[in-house]
Amino acid sequence: MSQVTLDSTRSLLRFLTCGSVDDGKSTLIGRLLYDAQLIFEDQLRGITIESQRKLGDAAALDLSLLVDGLQAEREQGITIDVAYRFFSTAKRRFIVADTPGHEQYTRNMATGASTADLAVLLVDARKGLLVQTHRHSCIASLLGIRHVVLAINKMDLVNFDEQIFRTIETQYREFARQLNFTSITAIPLSALDGDNVFRHSNNMPWYQGSTFMSFLEDVDVDAAREPEPFRMPVQWVNRPHQDFRGFSGTISGGSVNVGDQVRIQPMGTTAYIQRIAHYDGDKNSATRGEAVTLVLDREVDVSRGAVICSAQQPASVAERIEAHVLWMHESPVQPGRQYLCKLGTATVPAVITKISGKIDVNSMQQISAEQLEMNEIGVCVVQFESQIPHDIYTANRHMGGFIFIDRISNETVAAGMIIGDVNAARNITWQQHDVSKATRSALKNQKPGVLWLTGLSGAGKSTIANLVERALAAEGKHTYILDGDNIRHGLSSDLGFAATDRIENIRRVSEVARLLTDAGLIVIVSLISPYQSERDRARRTIVAGEFIEVFIDTPLAECERRDPKGLYRRARAGEIRGMTGIDSPYEAPSNPEMHIETVNRTPEESAIMIVEWLRTHGHLHA
Amino acid sequence: MDHLSNLEAESIYIIREVAASFERPVMMYSIGKDSSVLLHLALKAFYPSLPPFPLLHVDTSWKFREMIAFRDQRMAETGMKLLVHRNEDAIAKGVNVFTHGSGVHTDELKTVALRQALDLYKFDCAIGGARRDEERSRAKERIMSFRNQHHRWDPKRQRPELWQLYNTRIAPGESVRAFPISNWTELDIWQYIRREKIPVVPLYFAKMRPTVMRDGQIMMVDDERMPLNDGETPQMRMIRFRTLGCYPLTAAVESDATTIEEVVYETLSAKTSERAGRMIDYDKPGSMEQKKIEGYF
Repeated sequence: MSQVTLDSTRSLLRFLTCGSVDDGKSTLIGRLLYDAQLIFEDQLRGITIESQRKLGDAAALDLSLLVDGLQAEREQGITIDVAYRFFSTAKRRFIVADTPGHEQYTRNMATGASTADLAVLLVDARKGLLVQTHRHSCIASLLGIRHVVLAINKMDLVNFDEQIFRTIETQYREFARQLNFTSITAIPLSALDGDNVFRHSNNMPWYQGSTFMSFLEDVDVDAAREPEPFRMPVQWVNRPHQDFRGFSGTISGGSVNVGDQVRIQPMGTTAYIQRIAHYDGDKNSATRGEAVTLVLDREVDVSRGAVICSAQQPASVAERIEAHVLWMHESPVQPGRQYLCKLGTATVPAVITKISGKIDVNSMQQISAEQLEMNEIGVCVVQFESQIPHDIYTANRHMGGFIFIDRISNETVAAGMIIGDVNAARNITWQQHDVSKATRSALKNQKPGVLWLTGLSGAGKSTIANLVERALAAEGKHTYILDGDNIRHGLSSDLGFAATDRIENIRRVSEVARLLTDAGLIVIVSLISPYQSERDRARRTIVAGEFIEVFIDTPLAECERRDPKGLYRRARAGEIRGMTGIDSPYEAPSNPEMHIETVNRTPEESAIMIVEWLRTHGHLHA
Repeated sequence: MDHLSNLEAESIYIIREVAASFERPVMMYSIGKDSSVLLHLALKAFYPSLPPFPLLHVDTSWKFREMIAFRDQRMAETGMKLLVHRNEDAIAKGVNVFTHGSGVHTDELKTVALRQALDLYKFDCAIGGARRDEERSRAKERIMSFRNQHHRWDPKRQRPELWQLYNTRIAPGESVRAFPISNWTELDIWQYIRREKIPVVPLYFAKMRPTVMRDGQIMMVDDERMPLNDGETPQMRMIRFRTLGCYPLTAAVESDATTIEEVVYETLSAKTSERAGRMIDYDKPGSMEQKKIEGYF
């Protein structure tokens, strides 16, 4: 019965097997399970019959059939998707992810690698290092794996030649100098016959190192972990009745005690831990990996996606980050498309605004790139639609790893690993001046605000903006118009009309509008701004209550009839592309402050409506 | 944290993700040891709330009688809401394993019944207790496994699943099967049941029971619907079950393990897999994969 108690104390090693196709990954795992006598009799009977059918040889046993669990895999003799196998020896427990070698299925290798602590990289002794060997090494390193076993397999097919083994080992160590591995252990093997897998091989007396199995049993992958700050992404708000409000989640870094001060990101609010509720009884403290429910000492706004952090060392908060991106979908990615990103428990729309370069997996050098193809790794700037709490990936995998989801097909198309914030404004403090915004607007006897006029090209935005400004000037109010076309002459003259450029243009206009409201002005923005998400972003940039969304609603047919700049005609003729309303969508505001229908209304009447709205909402006096 | 606590925390995380991400989740409850662990994990995950989803039992009408009694008792103890669904059409037609074989039986009473229930209640995610160590096609499955409008699994086009970032996005009519105890082994299940003192069906413990031998396997005679061959009389044997399903499809093992400690010890020294007692896996090679593609758990 002693085994029963002993069992829960053995440590767990999670590893994956990777490398190029046909290097013998599945056979190695099959051999390991077979030699360790970890195969149940009924399973062995099953694969014995299948081996004989497949190979036509009564004595043959194809051990890869133990792990290649899909019919298509057994038919084609390849691994398509990752298989997870569980086994244990007297010393240790293991979860092995047997991953595919085909480049086409690299995404499944990344799936297996993302939860592993060690990579077994197989190399066929006859072929040496291949592109896939390099690619898998690169992905393993980026995903944070620090220990590699270089399993040089099929030694029986090169006469167990030590020189071949040494050459491959030297080449690999040279290549891996650019990767973040802390240990590389080379072992010569024949998985087919079991040489150096479980027992030392009589065929390779020159090899004195550990056998594959004994190495896996002894390797220490728990690097001295630096004390890390507390993080708990909120998964679910637990509210069984009026008197209990808890935040459930799994601690992804550090530890927490009752009485600790915490900061909730991205909001930045602080609170103290009142209770750590648990089914087995309340706890006084909890640590990394535990699934808990935290109760705070005060009512704060916390929902799924927020992260409860150490108050002293909270997670960074940013909209724009730089990340390594592993592209996993057949269609390549170019800057500008919108995706949903999932980071921790938050799901946020995001755009890759820039591809700074991609990694050449053979040289590990960064080279320039316009787009990322499937299985390529890029260095990208990602713009999220809202502030996201995060850490860099190397500091905390759970806070720095994220996935991209296609908004239409819902497929997972890429994985990202955060390198850092872009233009980390958090290091720059906002200078406070003696004359305040309140003083400046009081001098002008007005309340600042941003009238954001959105609508189709030709809807009448510029005309109405001009009339509103004239009316306000007549009353002695201080105003300024930011007109879409005018902005593009100067501030945004470097931008085109690609989606990323439009987003950047709107960001610049919003920031300038915010500065002008700080100066105390009433700002009138006249910009097509077709996407709700971008107008919402502008709204978040402007001080709360000062953003006034005005929908200038003119039907497309009417805009086309007016066509003051001749743009619709040219778009219909195919001379210009991406024309809003023609081949690019316009999302009407769902809940604007003002909705002005221009049909049956003169521009003057529309302008008066806007001015009167400002008056009734207190903007026209201090 | 020790091994079992790590497994527990991982499973709770997955169960909470389901509750937070789907509109109409349900937890499959098949009364066996894995379901017992799953239910216990759900109770822990949402404490002090009750789990925010109902349980669903797909009842083939061929379960052991002790299983049904145990089920009803557990529901009363936990306060969980239980939905029971049967393929009444097939039951009315008298579908059974003795006359129709295990293929038709499983297809009609389990797979079709499950699809009917999911469509009836419009569940968008079903939490199941499958484990990767059970069978080699299950070893290939994701934690959150996507199903199309027809509940079909496409093993060649599974979504990449990195870290613990589960993609739970689906279009209307599509669904996800979530497997929180994917990474548990049979031994982990028993050790956890022991540690947490989780109630399980008494059939898992050895006792003298009426049996007959069929194709070298010990079958328990649970009720009068089991046809006996000429001259066959049930014999009392000291037996227990490693897995529980429909009694005509679940073979027993001879055992003296009457306590949880003895069951753990027996599991440690087992020479055959637990699914060796499940007749449906042996229809033909790849039969589990085929059943899964068609919508079986």
